[in-house]
Amino acid sequence: MTFRIKSAMLKMAAAAWLLGATGAMADTTLEFTQWWEPELPAGSLRAIMDDFEAANPGIKVTLVSGPYASTRDQISVGAATGTLSDVVGLDGAWVNNLNAQNALADMNPMMDASKFDKTQVADIIKVDGKAVMFPVASFVYPVFVNLDIAAKAGVTKLPSTRAEFLDAAKKMTHADKNQYGWVLPLSLQSPAGVQNDLMSWVWASGQSMMANGKPDLEGKPVVDMLTFVKSLNDAGTISPGIATKTEQEKVEEFVNDRVGMMIDSLAHVNLIRKRNPNLNFDLIPVPVVDNYTGKRGLPYASWGIGISAASKHQEEAWKLVQYLMSEKVNAKLVSLANAFPGNVNAKPDFVTSDKAFGKAFEIFKTGYLANEFTGLPVAEDLMTQFDVQTQKMLAGEQTPEQAAAAAQKGWMAKF
Amino acid sequence: MTRQKRSHHKLRRAVAPYLYLSPSLVIIGLLMLLPMATVIAYSFQNSAVLRRDPSFAGLKHYQAIFADPVFWASLWHTLYFTCMSVIFHMTIGMVFALMLNSDRINPTLRNILRVLYILPWLFTAVIIAVIWRLLLEPNGVVNSILMQLGIIGSKVEWFSSPETALHAVTFANIWAGYPLFMVSLLAGLQGIPKDFYEAADIDGAKAYQKLIFITIPQLMPIIISISLLDFIWTMQVFPLIWITTGGGPIYATEVLSTYTYKLAFSSYNLSQASASAVVILLISLGLTLFYIRYQRAR
Repeated sequence: MTFRIKSAMLKMAAAAWLLGATGAMADTTLEFTQWWEPELPAGSLRAIMDDFEAANPGIKVTLVSGPYASTRDQISVGAATGTLSDVVGLDGAWVNNLNAQNALADMNPMMDASKFDKTQVADIIKVDGKAVMFPVASFVYPVFVNLDIAAKAGVTKLPSTRAEFLDAAKKMTHADKNQYGWVLPLSLQSPAGVQNDLMSWVWASGQSMMANGKPDLEGKPVVDMLTFVKSLNDAGTISPGIATKTEQEKVEEFVNDRVGMMIDSLAHVNLIRKRNPNLNFDLIPVPVVDNYTGKRGLPYASWGIGISAASKHQEEAWKLVQYLMSEKVNAKLVSLANAFPGNVNAKPDFVTSDKAFGKAFEIFKTGYLANEFTGLPVAEDLMTQFDVQTQKMLAGEQTPEQAAAAAQKGWMAKF
Repeated sequence: MTRQKRSHHKLRRAVAPYLYLSPSLVIIGLLMLLPMATVIAYSFQNSAVLRRDPSFAGLKHYQAIFADPVFWASLWHTLYFTCMSVIFHMTIGMVFALMLNSDRINPTLRNILRVLYILPWLFTAVIIAVIWRLLLEPNGVVNSILMQLGIIGSKVEWFSSPETALHAVTFANIWAGYPLFMVSLLAGLQGIPKDFYEAADIDGAKAYQKLIFITIPQLMPIIISISLLDFIWTMQVFPLIWITTGGGPIYATEVLSTYTYKLAFSSYNLSQASASAVVILLISLGLTLFYIRYQRAR
């Protein structure tokens, strides 16, 4: 009798364990590391994940969120140790290094197997032929113009070419009143100013800092850009403190009516309005070289997404990537982030409700996204090197040609 | 049986101290020695951290950093920044400590000054960096005052000009660090027996003679100890320089800590960054050994 009871209990326990084990096996838990959640309204990314889980029974998503810098370090270490999350938020500047570590999965076979419509995405970032990243949301960098300063300076037509920009910057500059035409942040603490505030001039005119996949800094486009920036500096139109100025300080100076024009992320529109509700400003594309009539390249930073090569759940991870890139979900996500969509068919709601965003969306649609640092090796180091050479040029230690040649030499060592 | 018991007792007595020490030994091993050994190992590997199977590199990374002129510039800037900071920390700390210890100042005023002088010590490095960035920016308060006084004719870009940047960050660090000396020296001053000064008064000694022949010799152990510690700590200062200048303009304020940080997190060259970190470790170790020998000698 006792044996029977014991045997029955053992069987029940085994059945319970089996049920539990199979139940647990039915759910695949994806880990998704990104820095987006803290930058979005509280709970909004989790709500999108809940919708994904409801649409894909058996898949759960755990969000691993942190600030941008710590996420970057976490992903670098995860790639080295093979513990990268299944799905990762990516910056274009990181993908070359991660690919060199074989940390990112090639999404080409996944796209083919699922018959994914590639024409619906704004861009696919490829390294060595491998599709490693989709930009989910893009933050474009147009020129912000303080209309009150422009009007007082007699600038009636907002600049469209570099010559017009230089002229407008000169008119807006009144150093005795601490007012300058342009602001250039080249702090070495974060050298992103090279990408957003310098190279953007090159890309805007449909030009490139590269040739045949190698740096071409001594080419005419980059040397002309440096010469143009030097002319702005020589004319005294740039707000002082360039070498240590950060992006935040650039925005602060614009907000406080101390500069007439700045190149900045569209993501800062709401922040600028909050800091100075009375500021009267407009957005224009980055001016181009004289007589250029082609499409304008629009500098951008993006929230990218990729899949870990070490993930055991790549099929499920691909489902999540597809979900975030789908028209409706992408529109919802970028509306929350005040960004432009990674899906070309998605239309964020703010472009119809807000004049400034509507204007920027027009600039976005008539141009093309351009950021040649995406996919380059040690992109931040390249920016730092270019930053140092530009600082030397602005300090009068070298000519634009010498600055370009020195930067070219440094960059070639990294390729 | 008795012999067995005795040897067992002996063994217990011999092992007991190590058992008491074991928790702290484990913590020191895990939190200090292991990371140090790991960084030293990385400095001899190619693609450390970034590859799962790094190869042995020998002294390659040390040769690379010693061949880099920016490294030598960083070393020179570190020495300038550290030496100037320690000298001025000590001088200002001494002056303020003497002032706060003086009977000639009204006790209420002395208490107010005590609070004011210690204020910089209460701020974190980030706050100090932000304060000085705001004060020394081209349109900031400092330029405005100096221009009104006619000391400068035009706005000086204190942190953005290669000529002034290193002096500006050193100045900010001096401001932030003197209270440690002041508090330590004040405690030392209060411990000097009054008899010495009374005897000096009887001998007709002047104030500066009392300072040179009584006060400073009596404070010398504190001065040397704090100076050595300050030298070690200041050499490793990172956030103040990083937030104010980022090591720029050009390489004007690049110090060993920012140089190492850029190698690690901008170039992702963790092997060379480790080699640079080992150089900092060796310099700090040399100073620490000097400090320990001095303490033992006392």
